[in-house]
Amino acid sequence: MKTMNLVLHVWRQKDAQAKGEFVRYEAKNVSEHSSFLEMLDQVNEDLIGKGQPPIAFDHDCREGICGTCGMVINGRAHGPQQLTTTCQLHMRQFKDGDEIWIEPWRAKAFPVLRDLVVDRGAFDRIVQAGGYISARAGSPPDGNAIPVPKEDADRAMDAAACIGCGACVAACPNASAMLFTAAKAGHLNLLPQGQPEKERRVVGMVSQMEAEGFGHCTNHYECMSACPKGIDVEFIAKLNRDFAAASLTARGERQSAGDG
Amino acid sequence: MQLNSKAPTGPVETRWERHKFAMKLVNPANRRKYNVIVVGTGLAGGALAATLGEQGYRVKAFCYQDSPRRAHSIAAQGGINAAKNYQNDGDSIYRLFYDTVKGGDFRARESNVYRLAEVSVNIIDQCVAQGVPFAREYGGNLANRSFGGAQVSRTFYARGQTGQQLLLGAYQSLCKQIDAGSVEMFPRTEMLELVIVDGRARGIVARDLVTGKLSTHMADVVVLCTGGYGNVFYLSTNAKGCSATATWRAHRKGALFANPCYTQIHPTCIPVSGEAQSKLTLMSESLRNDGRVWVPKRPEDCSKDPAQIPESDRDYYLERIYPSFGNLVPRDIASRRAKDMCDQGLGVGPEVGGQRRGVYLDFADAIKRLGQAGVAERYGNLFEMYERITGDDPYKTPMRIYPATHYTMGGLWVDYNLESTIPGLFVGGEANFSDHGANRLGASALMQGLADGYFVLPYTVANYLATTPKGDAAAGEAAATEALASVQARIDRLLSIGGTRSPDSFHRELGQIIWDNCGMARDKAGLERAIARIPELRREFWSSVRILGSGDELNVSLEKALRVADFLELGELMCRDALMREESCGGHFRTEHQTEEGEAQRNDDGFQFVGAWQYAAEGQEPVLHREALEFEYVKPSQRSYK
Repeated sequence: MKTMNLVLHVWRQKDAQAKGEFVRYEAKNVSEHSSFLEMLDQVNEDLIGKGQPPIAFDHDCREGICGTCGMVINGRAHGPQQLTTTCQLHMRQFKDGDEIWIEPWRAKAFPVLRDLVVDRGAFDRIVQAGGYISARAGSPPDGNAIPVPKEDADRAMDAAACIGCGACVAACPNASAMLFTAAKAGHLNLLPQGQPEKERRVVGMVSQMEAEGFGHCTNHYECMSACPKGIDVEFIAKLNRDFAAASLTARGERQSAGDG
Repeated sequence: MQLNSKAPTGPVETRWERHKFAMKLVNPANRRKYNVIVVGTGLAGGALAATLGEQGYRVKAFCYQDSPRRAHSIAAQGGINAAKNYQNDGDSIYRLFYDTVKGGDFRARESNVYRLAEVSVNIIDQCVAQGVPFAREYGGNLANRSFGGAQVSRTFYARGQTGQQLLLGAYQSLCKQIDAGSVEMFPRTEMLELVIVDGRARGIVARDLVTGKLSTHMADVVVLCTGGYGNVFYLSTNAKGCSATATWRAHRKGALFANPCYTQIHPTCIPVSGEAQSKLTLMSESLRNDGRVWVPKRPEDCSKDPAQIPESDRDYYLERIYPSFGNLVPRDIASRRAKDMCDQGLGVGPEVGGQRRGVYLDFADAIKRLGQAGVAERYGNLFEMYERITGDDPYKTPMRIYPATHYTMGGLWVDYNLESTIPGLFVGGEANFSDHGANRLGASALMQGLADGYFVLPYTVANYLATTPKGDAAAGEAAATEALASVQARIDRLLSIGGTRSPDSFHRELGQIIWDNCGMARDKAGLERAIARIPELRREFWSSVRILGSGDELNVSLEKALRVADFLELGELMCRDALMREESCGGHFRTEHQTEEGEAQRNDDGFQFVGAWQYAAEGQEPVLHREALEFEYVKPSQRSYK
C-alpha cells in the first residue's frame, strides 16, 4: 500500500464574524486508499493531539448521496475528479509531495459558519417557495392511474438526482443557483403530477433564488462541470422557458402555500 | 412492569381497520392548539411532520443535519416493497405479511407486521402523487423487481437512489408545511435530553450545533424518529452523524429498549481497506441478482489475481450450500457464510489486521449473458461508485465484498400505537423495534419508515392527544429547567476532563469490541469479556477524553463525545441482551446454538419473546421484561433456503 506526505493550506475561520485565513498543515503517511475526508480526519487527530482545535468541515453519509460535504480543493468544487463528491474523492488522485489548497464554498448566499462549514439554508428556502407537489396523505389515486412515459420519468429522474450540495454555486463565477433551482423545478415540472402547480412553482422558486442573493446565470456552464451528479444545463433552459411562460399569466404569482 | 402491546385480536385482516375506528379523533378546529415535537426528519420523521402539519397541528421538527433533506434514509439504494401485485405474480398483502414474519425469524408481532403489509400499497400511491420518479416501463406503468431473494417482484425503485427520492418526496411535503407556517424547522439542532412532566413526555432539550446554545422545547407529545444505533460499531454503513443519543436518553428516562442484540450485517459492502477507514460503503443487494459469490478453494490462491484462478479452483459456496436460493439467500445467511470462508483463511483482498476479509462478487457470467451494456443499465452507477472507492474496474475484475453493519432491528419498545413505555413518547422508523423481528428483509426499511410516518403515527398520535388532558404549564417549567441543567452539567463535565485521547479513538475501540464479540457470530465467553471490558473503557473515556474549545461554539469534538458517551452505555446493553438470548435467530447468531449444518437454531420454547430492558441506575444491571409473542397465522418453522 502506497502512502504519501502532503502540504495542506486550509481555510480557518472561527465563526461567521471572524476574519479567516489559510493555515499550513502537513499530512503525513496518508494511504492512497483513504478518502479525502479520511485524510482530514487524520490531520484532525494530530491537531487534537497537539492541543489545537480540529478543522471543522461538513460531512455525513460519506457515500456521495446526502450532499452534506463540499469544499473547494485546489480551486475546484469537490476537487479534481469528475462526477465525484469530496467524500468519494480518494487520495490515489493525489501524489506524494502535493500541495493542496482547501477552502469553503464561496458565495454571498452561503455564509461561512466555521472553517469549511457554510450555511446552505438558502437552498431549503428555494424549495419551500414552491419546490413540491401538494399531495395530502390519504387522497392519492392508485400509483398506476396516471401512466408516465418512461422517457419522461427517466428525464425527471435525471433532474431529481441533484443532491443539493451547492457545488454549482461554488463553481459559478456569479455564484448563481440556477442549476440547483432548475433541477429541482425541472424534476417536478416534467411529470404529469407536477402540472397543476407548475406556474406558481417556477415563479416562486426563481423569486426566492433572487431574494437570497445568488447571482445571475451568464452561461459559463461551470456548474455542470462541477456537479457530482452530472445535472445537465439543459434544465436551465427549461426553467427559463417555464418561467417565461408562467410570467405571461397571472397564475404564476407567488402566494404562501396557506394552511393546507 | 407488565408490557401491554395493545395489539388488537380477532381476524388479522381487519385489526388495523377496527383499531383505527376505535381511536379518538381531534376536531380540525382544535388541532392548532396542540404542539407536537418530531425529532429526526428521515422517512418516518419527515413524513410525520409533513402529515401532521398538513392536518393542522403545530409541529416543531428537529434534525442534526444542515437540512432535513440529508437524513440517512437518503442513502438507501435498492427499493421499497409494496404488495401491489402489479406483476400478477401471486403477491398479496398476506404474502408480504407472511414473508416478513418468516424473514424476521418469528420474532416480530404479527399485528404490526400485517398492518405494515396492508399500508404498503398506500405508500406507493402517496409517493407517486408527490412526484417520486419511480422507474417505469415503456407503457408508462410502474416497474418492479425482485429483491433480496423474494419470490415475487414487489420492489419499486428509482434507479439506485430509491431512498433519496422517497426522502425528497417527504422533504418537499415538509417544505410546503414550513412555508405554510404549520411546521417550524430546527436544522443543525441535536436533541440531548427528554423532558418528562408528571410521568409524560412533554419536551426536549436541544443544542444548536452552530452557536452551542441549549434550549428547551415543550409540547403535548414527543415523537422520536431518530434512526438506528448501527454506529455503535464505529465502522458501519450509517452516516457519520447517526447516533443513539435521542433514544438512549429516552431509555435512561424510563423507555424500555427492546432486542438491542438484533443487528443486521449487510453482506454486500466494500471491504475495509486500512486503518484510517472511517465508514463502510454498501453496494445494493440487487447486485446479488446477477453477481456470483465465490472464494478460491485453496488458501494459497487467495493472493492471486482472480483471473488466474481457473473455474475448477473456485468455490461458489452459496450456490453449493443453498442450491435453491443460491446467491439470493437472506442477508444474515449470506453475511455469516462470507465470514466463515474468511475465517477459514479463504478470504481475498488486502490483509487488514492479519486477515483477508473479502469474497468475490463476480459479474463475468452476467456480462456474457446480458452484454456489458446490459449490466451497465442495471448496475452502472454502483459499478462507478465501486471503482471510485477501490480503484478497480468491476467490469474487468470481480468486485470484492464483505459484510458490514447496516441496520438495527432493535430499538425502543413500542406498543401497537408505536408508543413507548413513557406515555406521550412515540417512536417511529428504525428507532423503534417493532416490525422486523430478528432480521429485516431487503427493501422493507423504507416501507416501514413511510408507513409509520404517513399512515400509522398520524392516527395514534391524534388518539393520544384526544384522550390525554392538557398538562400543567408551571410544573413543566420546573422539569424543563432541571433537564436543561443536567445537559449543561454533562457538557461541562466533558469539557473539564482535559485528557489525552480523542472521542474518535474511544469510538473506534468500542466498535472493535462490539464487532469482535457481538457481531456476526457471538458466544458466551466473548460476550462476557465485552461486558467486563466496556465499563472499563467507559471509565477511561470519562477520565481521559480530550475535547478542545468550548460549549458555546460549533464544536465537532464535543458533538462526537456526547454521542460516544451514549454508545459506550448502549454497547454494553447489546452484549447483555445477546448473552441473555440463548438461541440463534435472524441477525443474532450464537455459535452454541446452531444446527448440524451450521444454520441458526431457534429456541421457541424459551425465547419466543421480545426482550425489553429497563434502565436501572449507573453501574447497576438493567432489568429484563418479556413480551410473549404469539403466532396465530404464520406458524414458526425452521427457515430453509436450501
